[in-house]
Amino acid sequence: MDRRESSQYHRVEDCTKDPLMNRYCIACLLAAVALPAAADTKVGLLLPASGNYAALGQDIEDGFRMAIAESGRSDIEIVEADTEADPQTGLTMARKLVMQDEADVLVGVVSSAVLGAVRNFVHQSQVPLIVANAGNSDATGKDCSAYITRVSFSNDQLNRPMGEWMAAQGISSVYTLAPDYAAGQQMIGAFSAAFEAAGGDIVGGEFTPFGKTEDFGPYLAKAQASGAEALYVFYGGADAISFVRQYDSFGLAEEMPLYSVGFLTAPLYLREQGKAATGVIGALHYLPSLESPENDTFVAAYQAEHPDTLPSEYVVAGYDAGRLLLGALEEGVEGREALANALPNVSYTGPRGPLKIDPATNNIVQNVYVFETVEGDEGMTHKLLDTVEAVQDAPNGCAMP
Amino acid sequence: MTTFWILQTLNTLQYAALLFLIAAGLSVSFGLMGFVNLAHGALYMLGAFIGVTLSVQAGFWAALFLAPVTVGAIGLILYLGLLGRVARLGPMPQVLVSFGLVFIATEIVRILWGDVPLSIDIPSALRGRLDMLSVSYPLYRLFVIAIGAVVSLLLWLGVNRTGLGAALRASVENRTMARAIGIDTDRLFLWVFTLGAALAGLGGVVAAPITSASAGMAVSALVPALIVTVIGGMGSISGTAAGALVVAAIEVFGAAIWPAASSVLIYAALAAALIWRPQGLFKGAVSH
Repeated sequence: MDRRESSQYHRVEDCTKDPLMNRYCIACLLAAVALPAAADTKVGLLLPASGNYAALGQDIEDGFRMAIAESGRSDIEIVEADTEADPQTGLTMARKLVMQDEADVLVGVVSSAVLGAVRNFVHQSQVPLIVANAGNSDATGKDCSAYITRVSFSNDQLNRPMGEWMAAQGISSVYTLAPDYAAGQQMIGAFSAAFEAAGGDIVGGEFTPFGKTEDFGPYLAKAQASGAEALYVFYGGADAISFVRQYDSFGLAEEMPLYSVGFLTAPLYLREQGKAATGVIGALHYLPSLESPENDTFVAAYQAEHPDTLPSEYVVAGYDAGRLLLGALEEGVEGREALANALPNVSYTGPRGPLKIDPATNNIVQNVYVFETVEGDEGMTHKLLDTVEAVQDAPNGCAMP
Repeated sequence: MTTFWILQTLNTLQYAALLFLIAAGLSVSFGLMGFVNLAHGALYMLGAFIGVTLSVQAGFWAALFLAPVTVGAIGLILYLGLLGRVARLGPMPQVLVSFGLVFIATEIVRILWGDVPLSIDIPSALRGRLDMLSVSYPLYRLFVIAIGAVVSLLLWLGVNRTGLGAALRASVENRTMARAIGIDTDRLFLWVFTLGAALAGLGGVVAAPITSASAGMAVSALVPALIVTVIGGMGSISGTAAGALVVAAIEVFGAAIWPAASSVLIYAALAAALIWRPQGLFKGAVSH
């Protein structure tokens, strides 16, 4: 007790003795008084700022801030917390944002593993979470929650149309490759089920050790020996760049065309992949080259801030998370519960086309774009081949209360 | 089907060549000073990123030469400024300080080069594939095998056929005795450490066109390199070469034949080596 009193005494004395310190103290006091009134809605950004996914986190944050800035609203306060790519850190940071910072709504989550880790906390503490990346199919399937709304994609949503589309192109046999972790297994599982249901044949496949495989030579030789008509893969990050370059260097393109869930040749990696990516066919929920007035405006606005860079699907997910929140706020809702109820009712046409939230799962319903990576006038670009409209996931075990 | 096995054999040789470049320096500093330099993986990563920048500025061939020189210089400075002092303090400080350097190097790389992995374009002379033995194999990967073969031959000659090599072998066998007969082991070690760093840098710049340069390289390269060192035996060039071949063969053929176990097989081999030949494949049964 004595000690605390004496330390307070010291602090007061510091203020009065040093004029600079004095001013600082007053400023702090004013800020403390002014803060609660300044912001009506507090948004907790649950994104990785370090580690493997830092670049993705930055893109999502850029997109989110872009949407808030466009709206011109000044009553939205943003608090950031670094989840890294670590489920435990993600959960700690979610707790901090909700309990200490008292956020009204959480936005973010890049890694499916982090989403799995924060799911129960979010559900029990009844804080709305807008998922702006993690594709974990369970989060809008058997583990769905009225408080979790996903505005990015689900692993099923992107791979299922690709399986159906490839079968419709007359491809009869496929070999698959993906990293050995939850997302890789969900993506290949959804693709294989759809491809086989449409009459195709999966002749073989391999899950490569996640984070340990840098040289795909041994696996490419296996794929080649399988005699399949086509190769279907999921890879991201450094793997995406290495895989495409190695596939090209082995000359496989001539005998075994490469299909993928479109992250493989996403804009982020395309520059490093260069000509090696020519002819790769993929499916994604957004392409910067989409031709629509909404996307033209969006790309122009993004490039005003980031010259010579095209917005990635992550920027769009962050942007749409912002638009979703703004849409709910425009309804005049306040507080966590009301926000959670209002978020799934928002629908609009954005950069990626028309989008709405499926009330049965709280997962996004959106177009999936099948594209080919081609050489354009200014480097590599994506050529739209087909649009699969309004792709909606089956409930997959989700029972909304 | 023979095509398949020839392809996998070539893949093994190519991976072994890379592993050899990374592990040679690590093995010698282990053997010579008992120095567990975990920062070796970071030097490999720096080789790749410096190679990326140099290849953009001056082309692939200049990068292939200058990146190892730069990384060798960085190794020299690190040793004189920090690691040389820590080397005398015993294994625990060595491990902590050198692993700390890995984190620092990774952050520096992220600040300087960003989070998106980068790649080096293969020069036109090495593009395309060579048809031989009924397979068509990427020319660049054959070039990597050649580099590995040439470097291991030069190192072997250097260690086994020169006076400096004899001094090095003597110091690895018995450091105290080597000093007693007038070998300046500290100075010898400094140059061996610098050469090891340069080789790690060469490994990085050679690997970048295949695996692309990313901040995860420092750790991902370290584990197999340590296993090569343990399996091959510390401080021996032929041992490192043999260890690299064994580890590469296990990884490549493991991936081809028994993929479900491929990530575990290498640790099983490590355990087997520690049980039956803890001194490594290429060291005499009694060596002190």
